[in-house]
Amino acid sequence: MATFRNLRALFRYRGLIQTLVVRDLKARYRGSVLGFFWSFFNPLLLLLIYSFVFTQVLVGAHDKEMEPYALFMFCGILPWTWFSSSVLESSNTLIAGGNLIKKVLFPAEVLPIVTVLANMVHFFLGLPVLVGFLIYYQRPVDPVELLWFPVIVLVQLIFTIGLALFLSALTVHFRDLKDLLGNVVQLWFFATPIIYPMTQAPVNMRQWLNLNPMTHIMISYQEVLFFPGPHGHWKWLIALGFGSILVFLAGYFVFDRLRDSFAEEV
Amino acid sequence: MTSAIDVLNVSKVYRRYARKKQFATLKSAILDGSLLGDLKPEETFQALKGVSFSVPKGCTYGVIGRNGSGKSTLLKCVAGITRPTQGEVKVDGRISALIELGAGFHPEISGRENIFINGIMLGLTKKEILHRFDEIVEFAEMQDFIDAPVKTYSSGMYMRLGFAVAVHVDPEVLLVDEVLAVGDQGFTHKCLDKFAEFRRRNKSILLVTHSLDLVEKFCDNAHWLDHGVTKGEGDPKRVVAAYVIDVEDAEENELAKAESSRVAAAAKEVGGSESANAGANVGSNFSSTGAIETGEGPAAEPQGPKDGFKSEEGRWGTREVEITNVTIAGPGGEAGHVFQSGEAIQVRMDVTSKEKITDFVFGLGLFNADNVCVYGTNTNLEEFQPTEINGAGIVTFTIDKLDLVEGTYRLDLAAHKADGYPYDYHRLLYTFRVKSRIRDVGIYRPDHSWAFSGGIKIKS
Repeated sequence: MATFRNLRALFRYRGLIQTLVVRDLKARYRGSVLGFFWSFFNPLLLLLIYSFVFTQVLVGAHDKEMEPYALFMFCGILPWTWFSSSVLESSNTLIAGGNLIKKVLFPAEVLPIVTVLANMVHFFLGLPVLVGFLIYYQRPVDPVELLWFPVIVLVQLIFTIGLALFLSALTVHFRDLKDLLGNVVQLWFFATPIIYPMTQAPVNMRQWLNLNPMTHIMISYQEVLFFPGPHGHWKWLIALGFGSILVFLAGYFVFDRLRDSFAEEV
Repeated sequence: MTSAIDVLNVSKVYRRYARKKQFATLKSAILDGSLLGDLKPEETFQALKGVSFSVPKGCTYGVIGRNGSGKSTLLKCVAGITRPTQGEVKVDGRISALIELGAGFHPEISGRENIFINGIMLGLTKKEILHRFDEIVEFAEMQDFIDAPVKTYSSGMYMRLGFAVAVHVDPEVLLVDEVLAVGDQGFTHKCLDKFAEFRRRNKSILLVTHSLDLVEKFCDNAHWLDHGVTKGEGDPKRVVAAYVIDVEDAEENELAKAESSRVAAAAKEVGGSESANAGANVGSNFSSTGAIETGEGPAAEPQGPKDGFKSEEGRWGTREVEITNVTIAGPGGEAGHVFQSGEAIQVRMDVTSKEKITDFVFGLGLFNADNVCVYGTNTNLEEFQPTEINGAGIVTFTIDKLDLVEGTYRLDLAAHKADGYPYDYHRLLYTFRVKSRIRDVGIYRPDHSWAFSGGIKIKS
């Protein structure tokens, strides 16, 4: 099948993908004084804002066992930021890279993948902040549980790339998807247990939240990084892993089908 | 000889959507229930129709044609950027397409980093780029600026760097779309040398260009596209000659059309004011000159317009002597609008007068596109003594050798009294174009020759 042949070719572009991710990161902070430190400062400032709001303003909006609440949220917000900026940026990436698609023989699928990977690097750069606060709050993480961390990242990566491929290809034909997505992602954020724990969600809503793939990714992060005790959510995570592969293949299939129209429509 | 590029019966249809569909939104697509229906175009545009050719290994193949003839689409099909709607393209070996230079450059990062990224995009490995890096920088003449961000580059530097990277990819097949105009003369020569080197190494080049000289000099074969259809293929000299004739015919038609509408507009203008005069004359019994003196419009000024050299075209005068028809003819005697420099041309005026007139002068002014008077003369200046004109006659003005540089020229033609009182003044109504294979400049080409002696060796 042609789709699978193209998929194999994708592996050959890893050098190109790597170069473009580096270019993306270099270009993003070129010219700013703090440069790469922004990848580090942004999550730090975010965490400080949430800490302030939930310890000074919204005191008592959560259970005692959820302390420190800011840290709990941070475990979810950091990977969510990776997800949401990937989705939002990838919808525009083919249009922004139109010059490449129209003028150079260039594998278009590289562009959304690069977007997701560049945001993943930002996510990684934010992790030291998380580690710093884990130490500050004296919340040791079980090293065995930590082995799950790369698995969660991988599942999220595959899921996000699949979605990014799908959205980037569709946005070429339906430009207002770009604007629509901003709102959808906002809604998605609140429909995912990030700033509230799953246990606080209304019981009749939980079955719906469970249909949301990001729910399981976020709960997995929280289980591994925040809650003590073993990672009890792993079955969901494994199931989602297979689901993500399906999302990726479906996204790639749609992308591949629309590929020929890009050079004309972008 | 095996072929590097095979193009078999390639057609390309672009879809054009109706006004609203172009901005089709997901929402409207869903609401109309036409998510699939939307993909059906309302209108199609055929950019290529059944084009076939093959380029043998080591050959340089030129594609020429007017704007919009499908050249670039063809190149994109060969490059694999777009897929032909019908037909097949086979390419043997690594392709590098010089379609837009530096298309992948990121403005914020340095030239050095961009060379690596661009090279990788074009299919090189890091090692290969490192190996060729110095060569690329030297070729682009960028030694001093290579670490500056690309956004600070001039457009020439940008193009040079893009070109340098693209030609150092070491492709088997090089596709070039009109990119040789990227630098000064020196750089252009370097590019041509690079192409020559490609040919020596038995690589193939597909060249899309408007530079006919280049096709004649460089290509082994030429292909002429017109509205997506092959109009000629084969020996570059023959194809280019056929193309040039076709372009001149098209220009000829265009000029003829523009001129006839201009003359018609001028005639209407004068005709309008004449009829107004005629209306005012009823019952007042003025003589015809008197009527015009009291009339309105351009014809009201028997002394001619105050600014005799105003640049708008137009027509004025009393029409006591009328220029009824004007033709410009080439050496064969056939009327035309496009002439070769050095040819003989004739300007022919059909004139007529209603009654016997003894004071008359015929004049002609030749203007270039900047409205500079290249030449002006009349029968009075050249000391012809008018005796009389009565009825129809023909005035022929012959230029034995049209020693003008290439460009568009316009003519003033007039019949007037010796004191300037206009009978019929045709201001800039007639246009013709001069073509030349020599790219000389100026407003006048004196008959000339060159001679060299002593230690000078020159080839012509």
